[in-house]
Amino acid sequence: MTTTKPASKQKGSFNLVNWLLDHAMLIIIILMAVYVQIQRPQFFGVASLVNIINLTAARLPMAMGVAGCIILAGTDLSGGRVAGLTAFIAAILLQKAGVSTRFIVDGSPWWPGFVILTVMAVGACVGLLNGFCMGKFKLHPFIVTLATQLITYGVYLTVSNSKQISSLDASYTTDFITRPLFKIGTTSVPTYVLLAAILTCLMWLIWNKTTFGKNMFAVGSNEEAARVSGVNVLMTIILVFMMAGALYGYTGFVEGARIGTSSPSLGLNYESDAISAAVIGGVSFVGGTGKISGVILGVFMMQLIMSGMTFLGISGNVTYIIKGAVILVACILDMRKYRAKR
Amino acid sequence: MEENNVLLRMEDISKSFPGVKALDHAQLTLRAGTVHALMGENGAGKSTLMKCLFGIYSKDEGHIFLEGQEINFKSSREALDHGVAMVHQELNQALKRNVMDNIWLGRYPKMKGLPFVSEKQMYADTMRVFEELDVHVDPKMVMSKMPVSQRQMVEIAKAVSFNSKVIVLDEPTSSLTEQEVEHLFRIINMLRDRGCGIIYISHKMDEILRISDEVTIMRDGQYIATRDARDLTKAEIIRLMVGREMTNQFPPKLDVASDEDILKVENLSAQYSILTDVSFSLKKGEILGVAGLDGSGRTELLENIFGAATRRGGKIFKDGAQVANKSPKEAIANGFALVTEERRATGIFGILTIRENTVISSLKSYLRGIFLNNAAMSEATDRMIQAMSIKTPSQKTKIQSLSGGNQQKVIFGRWILTSPDILLLDEPTRGIDVGAKYEIYELIQDLAKQGKSVIMVSSEMPELLGVCNRILVMSGGRLAGEVDADHTSQEEIMTLAAKYV
Repeated sequence: MTTTKPASKQKGSFNLVNWLLDHAMLIIIILMAVYVQIQRPQFFGVASLVNIINLTAARLPMAMGVAGCIILAGTDLSGGRVAGLTAFIAAILLQKAGVSTRFIVDGSPWWPGFVILTVMAVGACVGLLNGFCMGKFKLHPFIVTLATQLITYGVYLTVSNSKQISSLDASYTTDFITRPLFKIGTTSVPTYVLLAAILTCLMWLIWNKTTFGKNMFAVGSNEEAARVSGVNVLMTIILVFMMAGALYGYTGFVEGARIGTSSPSLGLNYESDAISAAVIGGVSFVGGTGKISGVILGVFMMQLIMSGMTFLGISGNVTYIIKGAVILVACILDMRKYRAKR
Repeated sequence: MEENNVLLRMEDISKSFPGVKALDHAQLTLRAGTVHALMGENGAGKSTLMKCLFGIYSKDEGHIFLEGQEINFKSSREALDHGVAMVHQELNQALKRNVMDNIWLGRYPKMKGLPFVSEKQMYADTMRVFEELDVHVDPKMVMSKMPVSQRQMVEIAKAVSFNSKVIVLDEPTSSLTEQEVEHLFRIINMLRDRGCGIIYISHKMDEILRISDEVTIMRDGQYIATRDARDLTKAEIIRLMVGREMTNQFPPKLDVASDEDILKVENLSAQYSILTDVSFSLKKGEILGVAGLDGSGRTELLENIFGAATRRGGKIFKDGAQVANKSPKEAIANGFALVTEERRATGIFGILTIRENTVISSLKSYLRGIFLNNAAMSEATDRMIQAMSIKTPSQKTKIQSLSGGNQQKVIFGRWILTSPDILLLDEPTRGIDVGAKYEIYELIQDLAKQGKSVIMVSSEMPELLGVCNRILVMSGGRLAGEVDADHTSQEEIMTLAAKYV
């Protein structure tokens, strides 16, 4: 009791193999990037890098949302479809006035700031349902969010009648979300990168500096310990999923503007990209561990792979195989850290 | 007994579960500045009584008074806020978080005027509590990197940090070394001097007689007696606990060991644990004890013989022929059986029935064609229930609803059905009440009589001395010595156990 000694037997000794395995995912991705660079020298050009950063900013909010759910030792499959639904809501509320394809006939675009809040609230409602079912009825996150994923998609298809919504108002797209802030070289950095940066700072503060954030990690690490210490476990779970839902809603808003059209395929597989990114970034499915910086790195690495494959001209079909393999390898390497050797 | 001195009084507490009356007018009176031991066999209702206090169960009947005020806590947190804290036997901690995050969980200090947690304040408050208790742990250390004993100290520090008036300690010394127990007792004495009331739940009679002022004994959910600890002896406590005279803690010693070696272990070392270079032999029909402190490599020795852990070097011979035992499956085929230390974690399949738990290791013998035969499994299970005198309503009862002793008997039955020659028992009587322990000892002796050989790891030295023929003493992962159980003393074993520490 008088000395603090680590429980592990091999202390301090640096082991190259272990170090390589601990950082294997990063090493693999960097090697892949180097390979792409050798094959296509323009890959690491300014234009391409800025583009990767922009894409990272677009996908980061959803990844941060789902990372919270994974820290709770859960998961959330509803993200992509929530983004699809909220992109639709944003699109119909912000369609140009007077166009013949207008979904809401005889209306004019709302104020975009209000629409952001609306779609984030819609996302949060889905999160509320997710979190409530999980915390109250002790359902497994996988099954709850699979169900809400289907429900969300069904609601979207029913209301939209599978219609594409385009002719979006400039106050939503080119004057707001995709309005260039400044240029690096010839490539412009749009407003949503700034918004993502603000959201990231906010999330970092929530995770690391608030009681709610600390409770989230505690519940993920040991729910019972949190409960007997007086943490409102149900409320923590609900809030984490609501926060995630709000971020999915926000992602839908940005994606709608970025793509310029809301369609039934918007948001497809976004959740699996977000989950992969979180796992690559060291957010463990074991629960209780993860960092915002890791999530940022994870999303960036994911986009690096995607963009590398585009550069090499690899078909979208093969991309799925690579993405799947990346998830598997990332999880295997992650479990290695937590599995006790015997 | 002065009335105004009473800190906590629990009166006529009753609690029923479907089919069982867990508490029947139980009572407890805790006075300020005393250590009050709560004793009883497993299933006597100690933990149910505590759960009623903390609002984990709601009591059916009765009243609880804290300093004269009637209380009825709805949650552990409410109890904590009223200065009633509990240190659980199974530590409830967020292992991936650091020490101070665990201590202040649920009540993080905030920065002035901001919605943010003040790490500085947390660190300072943690250090203050640790200094007071003379605990030397880094508040920023991640819990999973610390030994269990330190985690236990953190848990106690947490209870103290609530300025608790009543602290319940449930089996606090089960994972502590002797030195750490001394430290814990110093802390307990300090809290007592401060006027706290401490409820101390333990099976270790020596500790109870040493540390406590009063002892309340429960049996079958009922209050039996409260006595001054100075007037009690071990024999008296046991008599009150089991309701009958227990003159013999152990069945008469048995020596049916033959001269032929059945097992020979040479220079066994483990890859991922401290087990180093252990050699010994085991005779047919022998009961061989393994003593040592926690972490001395006893469990690792059994796991390495059984193939449940990775071996670095060494050879194992059974009946003169070398066996590889690379995996538990292979070891079972070679006639080995392992009853693991942590029954709940690695022994029972809690939600499965007695039958499923009994036949799981010998499923092949019930195959008729490609399907398992229910009648054969049921017959084998009945045979074991009879042989072990397992107390259960039926084979279809879930094992988790049995008492610890009966669960252990089911696990013995499971292994006996694999017809092993060598049984490796890791703490076979841990968490089992006094009466059931005796039955387990008899079971072990029966196995020896049938010509089976037993290696038995135990932390309870009287048990090793009372049941075994020979005792190996482990220390720091090595074999420190071997003693004849009939011609040794606890002192000799302790000296050996400290050899390589």
